[in-house]
Amino acid sequence: MNHVRMRAVAAVLLTTSLGACSLMGTEDDGTATESPATSSGETTSEAAGTVVLVTHESFSLPKKLVKAFEEETGYDLEVRAAGDAGTLATKLSLTADNPIGDAAFGVDNTFASRPIEAGAFAAFEPELPEGAEEYALEEGADRLTPIDNASVCVNIDKAWFAAQGIEPPQTLEDLADPAFKDLFVTPGATTSSPGMAFFLATLAAFGESWRDYWTQLLDNGTKVVDGWEDAYYGDFTAGSDKGTRPIVVSYDSSPAFTVEGGESTTAALLDTCFRQVEYAGVLEGADNPDGAEALIEWMLTDEVQSALPESMYVFPVSESATVPEDWAKFAVQPAHPYEVAPGSIAENREQWLTEWTDVITR
Amino acid sequence: MRRIIGLLALAAAPVAVLGVLFVLPVTGMVAEGFWVDGDFDPRGVLDVLARPRVHRVAWFTLWSSGAATLLSVLLGLPLAFALHRLALPGRGAIRAALLVPFVLPTVVVGVAFRQLLGEGGLLGFLGLDGTPVAIVAGLVFFNVAVVVRAVGAAWESLDPRPAEAAAALGASPVQVLRTVTLPALRPAIVGAASIVFLFCATAFGIVLTLGGVRYATVETEIYLLTTTVFDLQAAAALSVLQLVVVVGLLAVSARLRFVPDATTQRTTARPRRIRPGDWPVLLFTAALLAILALPIVGLVAGSFQVDGAWSLANYRALGGDGESRDGTGALLVPVTTALGVSLRTAVDATWMALAMGLAVSLIVTRRSHTPAERRVRSVLDGFFMLPLGVSAVTLGFGFLITLDRPPVDLRDSALLVPMAQALVALPLVVRTIAPVLAGIDDRQRQAAASLGAPPWRALLTVDLPVVWKPLLAASGFAFAASLGEFGATSFLARDDNPTVPVVIFRLLGHPGEMNYGMALAASVVLATTTAVVMLAVERLRVPSVGSF
Repeated sequence: MNHVRMRAVAAVLLTTSLGACSLMGTEDDGTATESPATSSGETTSEAAGTVVLVTHESFSLPKKLVKAFEEETGYDLEVRAAGDAGTLATKLSLTADNPIGDAAFGVDNTFASRPIEAGAFAAFEPELPEGAEEYALEEGADRLTPIDNASVCVNIDKAWFAAQGIEPPQTLEDLADPAFKDLFVTPGATTSSPGMAFFLATLAAFGESWRDYWTQLLDNGTKVVDGWEDAYYGDFTAGSDKGTRPIVVSYDSSPAFTVEGGESTTAALLDTCFRQVEYAGVLEGADNPDGAEALIEWMLTDEVQSALPESMYVFPVSESATVPEDWAKFAVQPAHPYEVAPGSIAENREQWLTEWTDVITR
Repeated sequence: MRRIIGLLALAAAPVAVLGVLFVLPVTGMVAEGFWVDGDFDPRGVLDVLARPRVHRVAWFTLWSSGAATLLSVLLGLPLAFALHRLALPGRGAIRAALLVPFVLPTVVVGVAFRQLLGEGGLLGFLGLDGTPVAIVAGLVFFNVAVVVRAVGAAWESLDPRPAEAAAALGASPVQVLRTVTLPALRPAIVGAASIVFLFCATAFGIVLTLGGVRYATVETEIYLLTTTVFDLQAAAALSVLQLVVVVGLLAVSARLRFVPDATTQRTTARPRRIRPGDWPVLLFTAALLAILALPIVGLVAGSFQVDGAWSLANYRALGGDGESRDGTGALLVPVTTALGVSLRTAVDATWMALAMGLAVSLIVTRRSHTPAERRVRSVLDGFFMLPLGVSAVTLGFGFLITLDRPPVDLRDSALLVPMAQALVALPLVVRTIAPVLAGIDDRQRQAAASLGAPPWRALLTVDLPVVWKPLLAASGFAFAASLGEFGATSFLARDDNPTVPVVIFRLLGHPGEMNYGMALAASVVLATTTAVVMLAVERLRVPSVGSF
């Protein structure tokens, strides 16, 4: 009986001690977030406080750079991830009258109009580095600053085509060619941001007859899956051993990640691309608008711009930034990507996606 | 009347918590759809419900969840028997392993499933990839453990003597099962089934990854309408529809669960030795476990491979300070740190869910003296199940827009994540504990009271010994649910302390084979951790606390 009681006591002790250490843990976190105000006050004379950056889940920058920013400006950077690009845009729009941070990064040209219309962003126009101007929004350039860009392009497994002795496709039209039957996989436009970008590319290429094109694609055995991960790691031949499809929707930077023996086994088809530009902006009603402005200016510096490819797999908007060697060799950007005006996307998104779903599920 | 007031007073605290963390956010978000530019427009919402697509989506949700629930119960019952009633060697380990699917991130399971069912996979010849069958299979894969654990906990503490008596009087095993055992287990079975149904009906990741974009459920549709299309009116319409259907189903399940005299004989019976007659059940168990293990084996094998060769590199990378092979660093913190965050969060979520769940279970299972009192109890019971039946998207965005000002400014609170996870786990806890509590003969408490025991003493000597095992089962559940929770966590968590599922999603979202390998390795670590923690919980079992 004693034995039993000892075990009961041990169980209780263990659970309470676990609970205690965990509660301490959370308290630690609490103080950690509150302490920056005081610690920054000690390091610099101008106690500037915390800057809260709201962003999507792919945001990441080298710790060294962030530390340098904090030391130079006296601000402390706090990053809050807010889900994927669509979730981020919805969050910013819904909280326009009581923002969840000071600055936002990661709204792209397919979603930009939504938070702008909701009044989520305050006016701010920093001086843009050389080359960044061409990425500025037509409407809303006074609210959102371009930070990076990447194009969604159809990628092919060069090694697969070489092994089969088939000439790989080049254009969007080729994807509907029976020679490439059952070889193409794409994430869905409604469920994934690259999927949406590819859909917009087809829309820009075929205009009103996009429905016919998609019908042809489906007749040609195109597989539509949920997300990019699923398409690339599940079905793409260069993404996994079990993949059976050598054509996939991915990014122009993807070939830099499939380098073997000094040569990339994949390639992006540069005539099939849609360019996504990611923006940053100061949130309307922010607690720390000065810090938010300093943060956006910092994101435009060559140090941050040059770090973007390695840490976020995107291209800088600044011409003076340097791109890593692998990228210079294997990640080629399209010269003339397809474009759809953000205003037009905002206006028609719902209708397009509804019709697209109808075509897909027919 | 006074009893009802007393009841409501007891329920006040849990109801208040749920009111702030659930009712307020959901109404806030739904209201966004009803008020368009400041004008009340219920017509627009009603119009949405007339769309043919909405009908298709609702119908698909109902039948796929229904089929998955039925299958989970049918497959789960023999497993519950074998793992909780028989002295099967290693049953503790198997029970711990069964919770593994429950915590795996859905995208990882999706990829594992698709590698199995896909065109080049082991079961590719079945042609199931992207079909509703794959969706239902995925849902069953995730939810069988719920049935096994909830029903198993009740079965384990069921007194075997009535069944033995029936057998001694000449009843065949099937007759014993039908007339003695199943009726006693009915509350637990119906309770588990209703939870599984709610899980299936609001499953998000599995439906998306396994069904592709061709099949939509109410849950995925609400997500698309909110984040991609930004049609809040339509999202609100679907949320209301979902709520109405869930309330209806809860009412039905409460009716099915209700037994005029819920009292069953409870003991803490020892598992009995395996008899020759148990072989069919054991074979079935082995077969089912093998099937459930298939996707996981593929996952584990994948995590040990780099460039087609066996390697530990994926695991070695996990300890790094967020640098992957080419120095790109997809992570802000290494997976090991994230594991610490996950465990701490899970501990918090578990005690919160247990505290609330225990209170709720006590409230809803105390004997009702009038029909009115019983109605109040069953309404309360359903109320605490509701969070499972509502879209995580609606709840998540609701948090943002309603809990953003004093007095309830919770948006930046570090406790928000464990609180949200506790809400997810609460129904699991209640549905595991309540059926057992309801089975306690109230006369035992009366006897204790008449012998001079104060209420807490009666609780300790009458209720605790019986409820001890289900409580452990429930804590395991809550812990696992928290470890694997992604939806609410990704929505609310801050970047500087992500949980393991959040880290895995980050890794999967970045190109590069090393990141994919790391994601698989991190998934295996998450699964192993869960299994080890569950095993420890099982070890801590106090076999005969009832005897002191």
